[in-house]
Amino acid sequence: MFGLNKKDGGLLLIVAFLALAAPFILNPFPEGSAMAQFNAGYPDLMQRLVIFGIFAIGFNILFGLTGYLSFGHAAFLGVGSYAAIWMMKLLTMNVIPAIVVSIAIAGLFSLLVGWISLRRSGIYFSILTLAFAQMSYALAYSVLTPITGGETGLQPKYNDPRILDAALEPGQSPRANLFGLDMKASSELEIGNWIFTFNTGYYIAAIVMLLSFYLSIRIFRSPFGMMLRAVKSNQQRMNYTGLNTRPYTLAAFVISGMYAGLAGGLLVAMDTQVGAERMFWTASGEVVLMTILGGAGTLIGPVLGAGFIKYMENIVSKINKSVLEQWFAFMPDGIEDIMITLIYPFVGKGWHLTLGLLFMLVVIFLPGGLVEGGQRIGKAFSRKKASDDTTDATKTPAE
Amino acid sequence: MAILEIKDVGKRFGGLQALGNVNLNVEENTVHAIIGPNGAGKSTLLNCLVGKLIPDTGSVMFDGQSVLGRKPFEINQMGISRVFQTPEIFGDLTVMENMLIPCFAKRDGAFRMHAIESIADEKDIVGKAEKMLEDMNLIDKRTMQSSSMSRGDKRRLEIAMCLAQDPRLLLLDEPTAGMARADTNNTIDLLKQIKDERDITIAIIEHDMHVVFSLADRITVLAQGTPLVEDTPDKIKGHPKVREAYLGESQDAA
Repeated sequence: MFGLNKKDGGLLLIVAFLALAAPFILNPFPEGSAMAQFNAGYPDLMQRLVIFGIFAIGFNILFGLTGYLSFGHAAFLGVGSYAAIWMMKLLTMNVIPAIVVSIAIAGLFSLLVGWISLRRSGIYFSILTLAFAQMSYALAYSVLTPITGGETGLQPKYNDPRILDAALEPGQSPRANLFGLDMKASSELEIGNWIFTFNTGYYIAAIVMLLSFYLSIRIFRSPFGMMLRAVKSNQQRMNYTGLNTRPYTLAAFVISGMYAGLAGGLLVAMDTQVGAERMFWTASGEVVLMTILGGAGTLIGPVLGAGFIKYMENIVSKINKSVLEQWFAFMPDGIEDIMITLIYPFVGKGWHLTLGLLFMLVVIFLPGGLVEGGQRIGKAFSRKKASDDTTDATKTPAE
Repeated sequence: MAILEIKDVGKRFGGLQALGNVNLNVEENTVHAIIGPNGAGKSTLLNCLVGKLIPDTGSVMFDGQSVLGRKPFEINQMGISRVFQTPEIFGDLTVMENMLIPCFAKRDGAFRMHAIESIADEKDIVGKAEKMLEDMNLIDKRTMQSSSMSRGDKRRLEIAMCLAQDPRLLLLDEPTAGMARADTNNTIDLLKQIKDERDITIAIIEHDMHVVFSLADRITVLAQGTPLVEDTPDKIKGHPKVREAYLGESQDAA
């Protein structure tokens, strides 16, 4: 299918199904129930899940294949966002030019950064990319304020030129659209106590994500992808096999930079504003976490990692003290207080603590990330089937 | 005709004169061995040929063109392949992928952006790689991760990878170092076979006299950074200067 082998085609179909059915899958609990706060099927979060999925897919092409750990990819996301918002200010609120230009500008910027940073490898490369990103962040806040809006950031205004669009009616605000389809438009479907939301912006982002994912599968299976893995495995042998590693790593760097720019452009297309904070180093670190947590170098890992972290960030962080009190209301007072005191640091504002612990557990016990976890579970099951009558003894050594 | 001409090559590391004044010609389609005691400068000389080191003085001509100042990948593309002392292969990749990479490098040069094509569609390349693996008796291991192979198999794979590029000059840096006797003999047989079947020049650096005398057409003895003598294996065996250079570290010990 589409030039993919059976296994990769299947994977693409699974991801396509998950992405398109996300409004159902992410909303398993009925409205108003105690579990409803675990529902993630609202447009804003679903958009973030797929957009950061794109970001991580691109990052994985660099980090997963070549092993070059960039600590500055948020800069490309930020540059893409600024490029997109300027297109919306100057040209049109249609998202197509915004997204195309954000990819192009991020590509050019990553060409410059990569050309310089790839002169070094290992930790020095990481530091160089980090330096570039922090430089971009600092510039966006200071001398580049006329372009970036500094601390206030940028958003489309009523009186922007927008040469391709018709003038807005008084009181009308500029809205991002795709040939008239409003990105923020949603329709709701009520089934019993469940409410499912279908958002135009989400579906556009999801389709772009599927295209990005498909492209990344093709790259992984191409001779180019194999060369990138060879770079990670043995640069010395590469050189003595007549292969120049620099253009390979630079191409990977620029491709992943363009993916980041695409993610940045989409973020603006969904929610028309930018601030410099999305270039901060923690944002660069986040995509590293996503990729490693999901499984660096695997096809689906980065998507899983991005989904997992964004879900945690938005859902676990919403659990506050009163929610905990509700949950443990059935317990005797003393024990309830103890439980709440114990759990409280890990939820709400403390969600980073939970994420950090999970990350440590994954890195120590599942170096291949969530994908390796899935594979182990799969293996344990197939082994169980193969030897039905044997007891748990066969399962234990596999852990 | 000499395919490789090394003229007045000198290399100094700080206070150490690693290579004095090396003059050496490797004739086309011969096996030329370079031997010498530890620290004689054998590896330094080899590194000067492949672009890893740049000599302070002298010139290195391959097939009439200077290799000096060129990067390792450029020198490789000129037709010089190198086998390392410890096999350098792509350990994370499968045996088949290891074999595919030099086949692509031979056809496409130092870089090509073939990012959308599928490897499976490159029938010629896949066929060539499979043929190479068959010739080397590695075809059964094609899906194996190469780092999990035995030392001898890794060596075979590395040699196969070099040969897949149809090099004109094959450089071998102690190809049997650290090998068991059986693996050593297999490697000797393999190299003999390559020498017989191909138009290829082989330059070999070796400690193991058994390997050298089974393979070489000519031998250069290097001592303290300068060539002592150069002659056929028979003449080298009894040469008084060679005995002198090796005195104390007998042939068996090496």
